[in-house]
Amino acid sequence: MAGQPLVRHLVLALAAAAGFYLLTSVLSPYDNFQVGEIAAYAVALAGLSVLTGVNGQISLGHGALMAVGAYSFGLLMTHTQLNLMVELLAAVGLTTVLGIAVGIPSARLAGPYLAGVTLMLALGLPLLADQYSSTFGGDQGLTITPPAAPGSLDPERWLAWIQIAAALVTIVLLANLLRSRFGRAFRAVRDDEVAAELAGIHVGRTKVLAFAVSAACAGLAGALLVLSTGIVNTGEFPLSLSIDLLAGMVLGGAGSLMGVWWGAVALVYLPQWSTSVAGSLSLGNGVSAYLATVVFGLILIVVMLVAPSGLQGLLRWTGGRLLSTLRWVPASVTALEVRQPANQEKDQESQEKDQESQESQESQESQESQESQESQDKQDRTERSEA
Amino acid sequence: MGLFVNVLLNGVTDGTIFAAVALALVLIHRATGVVNFAQGAMGMLTTFVAFSLLTAGVGYWGAFVVALAAGFVLGALVERVLIRPLEGKPPLNPVIVTIGLLVVLEGVAGSIWGNTSRGFPAAFSQSGIRFGHDTVAFSHFDVFILVAVLALMVGLLGLFRWTDLGLRMRAAAFAPVVARLLGVRVGRTFSLGWAMAATVGALAALLAAPLSSFSPYYMDLYLVYGFTAAVLGGLDSPVGALVGGLVTGVSTSFVGGYLGSSLEPLGSLALLLVVLMIRPQGLFATTAARRV
Repeated sequence: MAGQPLVRHLVLALAAAAGFYLLTSVLSPYDNFQVGEIAAYAVALAGLSVLTGVNGQISLGHGALMAVGAYSFGLLMTHTQLNLMVELLAAVGLTTVLGIAVGIPSARLAGPYLAGVTLMLALGLPLLADQYSSTFGGDQGLTITPPAAPGSLDPERWLAWIQIAAALVTIVLLANLLRSRFGRAFRAVRDDEVAAELAGIHVGRTKVLAFAVSAACAGLAGALLVLSTGIVNTGEFPLSLSIDLLAGMVLGGAGSLMGVWWGAVALVYLPQWSTSVAGSLSLGNGVSAYLATVVFGLILIVVMLVAPSGLQGLLRWTGGRLLSTLRWVPASVTALEVRQPANQEKDQESQEKDQESQESQESQESQESQESQESQDKQDRTERSEA
Repeated sequence: MGLFVNVLLNGVTDGTIFAAVALALVLIHRATGVVNFAQGAMGMLTTFVAFSLLTAGVGYWGAFVVALAAGFVLGALVERVLIRPLEGKPPLNPVIVTIGLLVVLEGVAGSIWGNTSRGFPAAFSQSGIRFGHDTVAFSHFDVFILVAVLALMVGLLGLFRWTDLGLRMRAAAFAPVVARLLGVRVGRTFSLGWAMAATVGALAALLAAPLSSFSPYYMDLYLVYGFTAAVLGGLDSPVGALVGGLVTGVSTSFVGGYLGSSLEPLGSLALLLVVLMIRPQGLFATTAARRV
């Protein structure tokens, strides 16, 4: 039924919203601030996950795109008196336009060229803010006053709710997008561009759409962070942020919208943890600053080598193994074992992965047998001509 | 007029180093199909090794040779340990691993040698050559850069075109399965390709070190410009890498000289985007590009 995925996504989102509401009611203001940060990073990671996991492009510039969203939002808050929603949407819109501008030329070549172009963006954009420091506030950046909370509500809790709501809305929208023909086009382009083109999918436009969507998410995330921290400066968006985002996304699982929360938690808590580790081991001053990014780099390497589908993939795998070994599960529930667990979306993705690996295996085997056949034919021919 | 000539000459010098970085990227891409984002960082690490040797009193040329050898070993090691296990997996995975390696290497260098910027000695004088009354912004060291990179390029072209080893490497890159059937040790060829590319990268990093502030992050910009150069030239053409490097170097030098040095990376980005819109496959590429 066409309505089922949407209903399921909405139900999950509402359940998550209820969970977050309860969580924020019991946590301290500082913890609520961090929960809000996690939600903001989850938005950025969700966009990146769609871009890399589902569409197969790597971006090293999402930190810079977050900066664009943050600065746009900051400038709008400072110079205009528009509604909060309008300002957020405007920041998202500006970042999306930049995403399209960068995405169109980069979509023309196959391969990880977007990575290089976005790397340039990540290195170049902060310098732009430094060059025009009068508009952008130079080193100190811009400061904004966050919108006041209604009534006697904790300001941190109110802002965290806004950020969580934005995150849940974004994830539901992305989940629906991935279920639609656009999501199928993304996957098709990732897996085999030539086949996708033959099937009638416009590869270039699909890649640009994926990048634009991910840029929109990054812009929103940047704006949301400004909302709770109240400051924007270029120091908040160095190149290492883009790499940290990539690592967070890979950790959670590329292509997994549930996995973004793992990555977001890592992005918020790893820097604090590494600072305390550096302090307790009394390493130099400079070490703690980049220790977090080094750990993220290690995460990138180790996860790719050991568990390419990230934590969410590992969970799915262990869940599958557990279900299959639990033979004492009563008959009425054995339907769960037969490819129909509670979360259909997760299983469909693993089904698709099995299919993909099968197909790639088959095509490899047929290629190899073809090539060995050809070389065998050549050998026969030369033998015959010599004879 | 003086500014124009000096900016141009600076651009040629920088462009030659961009060309060397681009060449390293092209080598790895042609050999194994991976874009190695850690190329600059690997060169940075070997240059720091040379720096340690220089401060310990070893002569420049000794440190030079050791750095290049270290680059060779590092390239083979990275390919064997990090990239080979990912053979057969989606092509995006090795690229992500190289991005992780980039950060890890910068962190390692920072923790061993510290994050502060320092100076790196040059092999030859870095003051401009005098032509009668005028001094040009071209020093003996710049001449050395040009000569070294050109010699390297000629050597590599010759290797690929006229030697057996080059043929085997091209075969392994083009059709690894068939090459295996014909007796080529494909795995070893990949390692060799990475080792050679890493040596080129180590040379580029050594040449670049005296030109800018020497810290663990100094190769980041060179990687970016080298990438631009490689894409401009077509990511599978060594000659294209040289031309792309010179074009990138000269244009960023003009942006820096006339508009302000902070705008140089964005200038190169604009150049790249313009070229991708007009001639997406690069100037010398053999593969076709797609129109959006």
